[in-house]
Amino acid sequence: MNSISRIVLLFIFGSSLTLQGQSTSITADEILKKVDANMIADTQIVSSEMIVYGKRKSRTIKSKGYSRGSDKHFTEYLSPEREKGTKMLKLEDRLWIYSPATDRIIQLSGHLLRQSVMGSDLSYEDMMEERKLTDIYTASTLSIEELDNRQTYKMELLAKVEDVSYYKRILWIDTARFVPLKEELYAKSGKLLKKTSLSEVKQIQGRWYPTKINYKDMLKDGQGTDFIVNEIIFNPAIADRLFLKSTLKN
Amino acid sequence: MISFLIKGILRDRSKSLIPIVIISIGVTLTVLTTGYVTGALSDIVDQNAKLDTGHLKVMTKPYAENKDQIPNDLALLGLEELITSLQTQFPDVLWTPRIRFGGILDVPDQNGNTKSQGPGMGLAVNLLNPNSGEGTRLNLDKALVRGRIPQNPGEVVLSEFFAQKLEVDLGKELTFFGSSMEGSMVFYKFILIGTVKFGIPAMDKSAFVIDVTDAQRVLDMQDGSGELLGYLPFEIYDDAKASEIATTFNAQYDKSDDEYAPVMLTLKQQNNLGSTLDYSQTVVSLFIFIFVFAMSIVLWNTGLIGGLRRYKEFGIRLALGESKRKVYRLLLAEASIIGIIGSLIGTSIGLAGTYYLQIVGIDISKYIENSTIIMPSVIRARVTSNLFFIGFIPGLLSMLFGTMLSGRGIFKRDTARLFNELEV
Repeated sequence: MNSISRIVLLFIFGSSLTLQGQSTSITADEILKKVDANMIADTQIVSSEMIVYGKRKSRTIKSKGYSRGSDKHFTEYLSPEREKGTKMLKLEDRLWIYSPATDRIIQLSGHLLRQSVMGSDLSYEDMMEERKLTDIYTASTLSIEELDNRQTYKMELLAKVEDVSYYKRILWIDTARFVPLKEELYAKSGKLLKKTSLSEVKQIQGRWYPTKINYKDMLKDGQGTDFIVNEIIFNPAIADRLFLKSTLKN
Repeated sequence: MISFLIKGILRDRSKSLIPIVIISIGVTLTVLTTGYVTGALSDIVDQNAKLDTGHLKVMTKPYAENKDQIPNDLALLGLEELITSLQTQFPDVLWTPRIRFGGILDVPDQNGNTKSQGPGMGLAVNLLNPNSGEGTRLNLDKALVRGRIPQNPGEVVLSEFFAQKLEVDLGKELTFFGSSMEGSMVFYKFILIGTVKFGIPAMDKSAFVIDVTDAQRVLDMQDGSGELLGYLPFEIYDDAKASEIATTFNAQYDKSDDEYAPVMLTLKQQNNLGSTLDYSQTVVSLFIFIFVFAMSIVLWNTGLIGGLRRYKEFGIRLALGESKRKVYRLLLAEASIIGIIGSLIGTSIGLAGTYYLQIVGIDISKYIENSTIIMPSVIRARVTSNLFFIGFIPGLLSMLFGTMLSGRGIFKRDTARLFNELEV
């Protein structure tokens, strides 16, 4: 064996050791916990805009959302005019929507929560899902892949509880920042339902957080829906009254 | 000669009874089946035309490509101008807009909270304009169970089943919650003014009807509509005429760069109705062929037995100098008369049965509970002019074929040996 062959062999062997080392030095559960630590907070306030790309024209919907834990979520829509003043309150698995035009509060539950929000590629369930991934999925690392010049763990998540929107998720998680960069969401039948691309990852209050998410409902035509986080505050104090049904009309 | 043959048939029933019974049964079944298939097809085509396809339907091209998804974001816009143009170009056709949409109907309790709710299938038609004839076309007056048809904006009619499911009474408020044409969240209050029984399981489950102007307002579709339906004069579908109109109209937009250019489809080009109609026609023809074939074999056999029984008779006739050809011809004439008698009896019984099924019908609602295809829950036969003669085709042909086959034996008789055979 000449010296060049030895170097090449050593390089290949060394690389595989490094890859193995990377994938075994951290378990799938630990990766998921780090992701949860970035993405989930006890409380958070998010100012966002949702760009829905319609076939004839696009719409931008601005909103401000408040959440506490995984089961309390309140959103107020700020613009456009048609949506302004519409409020949503989610408490556990129930959702109430207040419409200022009719001064009515409508409750949604069950399969109705799977309907699209304002013609977007997001369902009410997607909007309101705040549970930690570690609480609802069992994870396994499939491989290490490069995605948009970032090293990622490609992970498979299988539901360990019944009440999940997506039975299986394939995630590409940034190996350095522990933020998902891409996601594929599957039904129990194996059908690909949605794809998400997460980008513009910024460091906010010591966490890495993707501030732009493109959701693509695979059962619909079009280029999907962009969800842009304009401002996010982690763990602020939020008044209890925001999570009361009676507040919706005020 | 014919009266002689008829006398022979009537007096010697042994040579006519079995063939007449067989022909009558076959013809009865042919008439009944044809009447039932014709009735069922007419009902399906009629229901589709009235509720969904029209005789002609105009949509935008992308809407037509995805019409099962009811993509109202791809709806026709500039509707008034389009209708004016169509009325000028095809003045005999009545054009009326239809909007189909989905959403949730929510019934509030006394405190304004959700009491009950369910996903509904909305149909917006031109109800407030009496000249549109939409109320009559959709049979809403006759289908009314309670209340009345909307006469004012903001009024809604629900299927009786849906109203009971939502536990909502007439005069009460319902909130529609859905998406506008562009996908905005929409809330709109309606007053329940009547309930109807459509007689179509797919619609009776969760349908509601509002005026098209209400739908345009609620769904942000000003001067727009998902579909524009055209009805030919006297509401009778004429495929040749419809195809001609559609071809003329579509030719104007063939080279259009507009992504949302309108396209016109005929009734037969929608909901697989064309292939369904052609397939059913084939089935009816096949059915008649099978009857002719099966009955011919049975009657051939009967003819052979009859031939054996009448062996001596034919021998005597030939011995007396009647030509073989004449005996064969008279045998066929006799068969024709038996065929006509059997066909007359069969047609009469078949027509009576068809008329009964036209009045009573067969309830198939149990079998199409989960069907999304527009089908009536009661399938009725229909007495049409062709039923008066269609049974004569298998009736006459089978008897003639059977006799032609069995009667060939006459030509095999050897005249020289006749007296020997007759033991004279």
